[in-house]
Amino acid sequence: MKTMIFASRNQKELLRDPLNLAFALGFPLVVLLLLSALGANIPATIFPITTLAPGMAVFGLSFISLFSGMLIAKDRSTSFIVRLMASPLTAMGFICGYIVPLIPLAVGQSIICLAASVFLGLELSVNILLVLVVLLPAALLFIGIGLLVGTLLNDKQVGGVCGALLTNLSAWLSGTWFDLNLVGGAFKTIAYLLPFAHAVDAGKAALAGDYASIVPHLLWVIGYAVVILAIAILVFRAKMKNATL
Amino acid sequence: MYAIETRNLTKKYKNTVAVDNLNLTIHKGELFSLLGVNGAGKTTTIKMLSCVLSPTSGDAVLLDDSIVSNPHAVKEKINISPQETAVARNLSVRENLELIAGIYGKDKKAAHDKANTMIDLFGLTEVAKNKAKTLSGGMQRRLSIAMALISEPKVLFLDEPTLGLDVLARRELWTAIKELKGKITIILTTHYMEEAEALSDRIGIMAKGKLKAVGTAAELITQTNAKSFEDAFVILAAGTEETI
Repeated sequence: MKTMIFASRNQKELLRDPLNLAFALGFPLVVLLLLSALGANIPATIFPITTLAPGMAVFGLSFISLFSGMLIAKDRSTSFIVRLMASPLTAMGFICGYIVPLIPLAVGQSIICLAASVFLGLELSVNILLVLVVLLPAALLFIGIGLLVGTLLNDKQVGGVCGALLTNLSAWLSGTWFDLNLVGGAFKTIAYLLPFAHAVDAGKAALAGDYASIVPHLLWVIGYAVVILAIAILVFRAKMKNATL
Repeated sequence: MYAIETRNLTKKYKNTVAVDNLNLTIHKGELFSLLGVNGAGKTTTIKMLSCVLSPTSGDAVLLDDSIVSNPHAVKEKINISPQETAVARNLSVRENLELIAGIYGKDKKAAHDKANTMIDLFGLTEVAKNKAKTLSGGMQRRLSIAMALISEPKVLFLDEPTLGLDVLARRELWTAIKELKGKITIILTTHYMEEAEALSDRIGIMAKGKLKAVGTAAELITQTNAKSFEDAFVILAAGTEETI
């Protein structure tokens, strides 16, 4: 109950920040529209909607890290976290309170992105629902990154790491903007050592109904999500114990 | 009967002793001020007593419960208004109050009723629906203390509650704090001599992690043969000898 009350506060803080809404919903939608328009005016199909839709959904999720990181970093900088640490809220209550409200936000963001893709020509099918499920581990991965970064850095640094570095990394190395096979070499190898391209490929496979291809890609994303979340929780608990949050 | 009793309470960092074998007793219903220059150990003491920070050694008993062996029981009885204004910025005044009431176990109706009481008590009626980030510094401090009181704590920690406030806002907060005297135990840290003198039943002066002296303002003036309380503080805080 206490955790849910804290989670509700965090959800309100996130949704009442106009910048959050602009970046979470507006920015990926604008990029989706721009690339679709660009693709429509070029003879070759470089931005098929079946790639753009899951790609933009994953790109949009990268902003979830920014929101969760900023929320935690701001709570730390204003001593609000000291007030909560002196309260009966447990360490796990804290962590769940920060994680839980981001999940519906991430799902909502993916729904909007996929709905916009339907208007841009994506075939409406039951596989779109499967994409939402397949994107959940990626959502947890980005939430974990936000929790970790927000625990370690101040709000300005979180802005730099999550707002600039992570969003660019997840965009360029996801295979959304261009086919990774065209670049090949070390770039492709690095891209497939990271989880972002796997998240997009899992989404593409789900959209195409190629169910057998989903699992190998999804395992990469789940592996990263589990490891990053575990590290974030351990670091948060350690810093809470030492009162260095 | 003591509300707080510390027993050789100590906090050490790598090369620093932030709080050094603190032995202190504070009576139930007392308003006790901790004074000291920056780095004296006041905030570290408050953080240990409010179970935010674990002591390196020693212990403290708050209303029969140890901060080391039973911190969860201690947390149910206390609340804190931290040094910096600690409010949820995008929540309204009422939502901030109800949030803290909920975290301390009040159900929705009880939280709503308690929020009403606090809004009346702290003169927050006109801004009850406003987001906390839109309030003035003085109003945010008021809200911060109201949030600390909404859980009906038996022990309240106020860490530099009037820091950065103008004279009028400070006097308004003094009035609010004075009204709490005798009802609950209050431990207040401050840099302002006149604040400690005006509000406190007793004052403890800390320097370099050690408790140098404890007494009423008048007792400390007499003890140091000083002309004023500020002079007494300077003598005690700057002195190297144990004065207790």
